[in-house]
Amino acid sequence: MTELWIHPALILLVGAALLPLVPERIRAGYLLLVPLLVFARVHGMAQGVYGEVRYLSWDLVFGRADAIASLFAYILALMAVLGTLYALKVKKRSEFAAAWVYVAGSLGVVYAGDLLTLFLFWEMMALSSVFLIWLRGRKESLAAGFRYLLVHSAGGACLLAGILVYSRGAESLAFSGFNVQHLGIGGWLILIGFLLNAAVPPLHAWLPDGYGEATFSGSVFLCAFTTKTAVYALIRGFAGLEILIWLGVIMALYGVVYAVLENDSRRLLAYHIISQVGYMVAGVGIGTQLAINGVCAHAFAHILYKGLLFMGCGAVLQMTGQSKFTELGGLYRKMPWTFLFTLIGGLSISAFPLFSGFVSKSMTVAAGFEAHLLWPAFLLTLASAGTFLHTGLKVPYFIWFGKNNCKPETWEQAADPSWNMIAAMAIGSALCIFIGVYTPYLYDMLPYPVEYNPYTAYHISESMQILLFTMLGFFLLLKKLQPAPAVAVDTDWLYRRGARVFRRWDDRLLNGLNAWCEELIVRRALPWLSRFFEAPGGYLQVAGLRLLARLGGADRQETEVAVQCRSRLGTYPVGIGVLLAVLYLAAMSLLFFF
Amino acid sequence: MTLVRTIEALRQRWSLLVRMFIVLLVLLVLIDAVPFLIDKEKAHTAMESIPGFWSLFGFFSCVLIVYISKYLGKIGLLQREDFYHD
Repeated sequence: MTELWIHPALILLVGAALLPLVPERIRAGYLLLVPLLVFARVHGMAQGVYGEVRYLSWDLVFGRADAIASLFAYILALMAVLGTLYALKVKKRSEFAAAWVYVAGSLGVVYAGDLLTLFLFWEMMALSSVFLIWLRGRKESLAAGFRYLLVHSAGGACLLAGILVYSRGAESLAFSGFNVQHLGIGGWLILIGFLLNAAVPPLHAWLPDGYGEATFSGSVFLCAFTTKTAVYALIRGFAGLEILIWLGVIMALYGVVYAVLENDSRRLLAYHIISQVGYMVAGVGIGTQLAINGVCAHAFAHILYKGLLFMGCGAVLQMTGQSKFTELGGLYRKMPWTFLFTLIGGLSISAFPLFSGFVSKSMTVAAGFEAHLLWPAFLLTLASAGTFLHTGLKVPYFIWFGKNNCKPETWEQAADPSWNMIAAMAIGSALCIFIGVYTPYLYDMLPYPVEYNPYTAYHISESMQILLFTMLGFFLLLKKLQPAPAVAVDTDWLYRRGARVFRRWDDRLLNGLNAWCEELIVRRALPWLSRFFEAPGGYLQVAGLRLLARLGGADRQETEVAVQCRSRLGTYPVGIGVLLAVLYLAAMSLLFFF
Repeated sequence: MTLVRTIEALRQRWSLLVRMFIVLLVLLVLIDAVPFLIDKEKAHTAMESIPGFWSLFGFFSCVLIVYISKYLGKIGLLQREDFYHD
């Protein structure tokens, strides 16, 4: 380290630490300044390796800024600016502190050049993000937060175990591609840690569970950082690992299926994160240059449109106090701008031509076709019909149109939100359209040279047919898609319901064992032993005497009393001591001679 | 507000919008059938050269997703709202 290098995460951490000291007058300015400084720092950082520290026998690298890291850091920092702008009027400063530490963690992961630094920031993300759930203050949020924390702790432990096992055989802890042909136990454990954060089924249930219960602005942060840093880590470590292709396809379809059943708008969006991250995981599995470009581009576009969608549904939640379709409907008269921005988010995620998803998602699918992976490519295309069905149609329709299920107070409160939330959504929408219209903005940032053109006549025709015929299906099946008040059971059942079964068996087995031990040892054995050791010599003699008396039939009552008296007073005849000494010496000499 | 008025104006012309939408769907399939307009050189499978292949694909994807999900919901995934509360 020859020159002073400031880690962007450091700006956020210092900013969060100083937050309680900032006077109320300059609060809004300060809140915007810190993420803007971070964005400027990330944007201005030339590619290279910075922040190398030698700690014990390890070389830690805090700042590996190459093309992939720079791209992810750029979009994460941009999202931090938008998220903070959106949350600007939130009263609790702790929410900003939690969000900033969380963003700092994700930037730390992205710039980490070795596995230990990666782990450090990885855990920082988990520990800070849980506060964005808890701060909503509901009883359900507290429980969901604890579940979130427990699942992520398990994932973190798995990652750490993997790093430790891996470090035994590796020359250095540098975070580079693992040998995807022979992962070894360490590699697999690290992979599981990454997959948990990428929300790959069955390790995904924390995501809808937590994001559905977070604060209205907390979800905007949550939806961007955890899964995308996991995708980044997968690109770095496991590009070309074939199992990821199928895991990604399963994810893409899984999220779509659950989105049909979901009644809560924010949980529906959360399931679509799983679906969209599925494209990225599949792209990492394909591993070609086009696929990795597609993954990076899609992560970039996804952070913006998913943030925008969570902002729209968050605004509805903030203004009306409701997020369920069965409590909403017909709101276009009250919240028209929120509708428009959410629709733009919906069209972007659905890959409508001229919107961001169109130029990013298709790259991954095209990479699948080019690698002759026809099944995965067709199934990913099928999932994209589902994306439009839910996020592009179901969410806007059942919140802003459809049957008006609003209670009078919900309807009364409903209105477009404050200027800062509108501004954040407007900027997000503008970026979604800009990326879709002016492709070089995104394509020039990608790690490999881009020869891909999404705007061919065939691709436009294909997309428009899929999307508009899905729309036809939506309106024909509208009755089937009517929301109903219900919950869809997911793998979190295992630790929500399953925990009770576990506890019951635990209760029977361990507490039963405990009670049995208490009866046997504490209640029986210990009193008996203590009675015995009051006068051990006497007891032994009496026991011997009883045996002899039984054999010989002599009167033992008198002798017993004499023995007990003697042992209590410790007055034994000298002859007994001499006899014992002679016996002992005899035994020792026998041992010595033979 | 102009935005609300625009939306309401569109809602009032709903049947016209529906008719335009159907015309658009037909046009999409027709255009897809003209090799001069849509170059299918880069298609990956033979199926894709069928005119309107992606229309069918989109429509049946939608139907399949809805029916399979609803079926899975019926056989046990969907539970009453207080499922976890007791």
